[in-house]
Amino acid sequence: MSGVLPVALESASKIIGYLMLSTKEYVAVMQLHGHVSEKRLKEVIKSFIGRIYQKPPVRSSVKRALRIKEIYNIEILEIQYPFVLMRIECEHGTYVRKLIHDIGDILGAGAHMRELRRTRTGPFKEDETLVTMHELSEATYMWKQMNDDKPLSDIILPVEFGVSHLPKVIIMDGAVSAITHGADLAVPGIAMLHEGIRPGDAVGIFTLKGELVATGIARMSTEQIIQSTKGIAVKTKRVIMNKDTYPRLWGRRKSQ
Amino acid sequence: MSSAGKELVERGLDFIRKLDEYAGLKRRLVLVKHEVTTNPAYGKVPSERTLNEKLRLGIINLDKPPGPTSHEVVAWIKKMLGLTKAGHGGTLVPR
Repeated sequence: MSGVLPVALESASKIIGYLMLSTKEYVAVMQLHGHVSEKRLKEVIKSFIGRIYQKPPVRSSVKRALRIKEIYNIEILEIQYPFVLMRIECEHGTYVRKLIHDIGDILGAGAHMRELRRTRTGPFKEDETLVTMHELSEATYMWKQMNDDKPLSDIILPVEFGVSHLPKVIIMDGAVSAITHGADLAVPGIAMLHEGIRPGDAVGIFTLKGELVATGIARMSTEQIIQSTKGIAVKTKRVIMNKDTYPRLWGRRKSQ
Repeated sequence: MSSAGKELVERGLDFIRKLDEYAGLKRRLVLVKHEVTTNPAYGKVPSERTLNEKLRLGIINLDKPPGPTSHEVVAWIKKMLGLTKAGHGGTLVPR
């Protein structure tokens, strides 16, 4: 199948976990094995929205145990018997082929997946940033053979886009180095943050210049952080920024 | 507090707003500290990274063609760009 597959380069690879666990959207063609009324088709498809049980298919990369997956939405785009074109928004790890097979079983007529295209992976969609292998290879040629690095530079997005769906905590320059060395983020280092952060949420830790320093797990809510003067606000999870990007200011107080 | 530092914070926050918009994240930023600044001597706004910097800290929104596996596609990109490491977000089966 084809579609949106974000590829992270070098150090940016550390953030792919956040994309793997993100919401996916697909456009699929279901082929029905017998006639079903439009009313019944719509009813059954609607009944698959929400939490469903799914057993991974025989040819799959995970253990074949019954799992619960959330289907956020299924929209029927077009019906042309025996084909049904639909858009499916679902939790990561949902097998769309299996979902369609199961819809067919409930319909009674049976069905299988004819075509599939992923239209969204977390923040990445089919928009002006989406590039084909052809465009990428063309841009690489311009860089390597023609000494023009603009086309390739325009194609590669800053790593920050890969965690753009996470709520953000923006920190003071003085706190950056300690985080890159693995320290947790304490309240005094925070300059601003998104509303609605709750303890346990995955967050991105950014500099005031908009650079991703690390990812982390919030230990306090937005309100708690605003009301506190000290304490650990975010537990650092994965450090993305190079250690020597910002100067090391911590640990100096002892000598003062 | 230097005006260059404050101007840099403005551009940094513009970039962060651009990220939120890209992801469709509709959340307000709440100020904890007032009068913040950043030192222009360290780091830079991500949109100003050079190609070499982007090759270390970049991501491509790739339209995977049908046929090859996600793994194969990543291997081609690694070879094409001369990278030691690359990863993809969520396997798309070949067919």
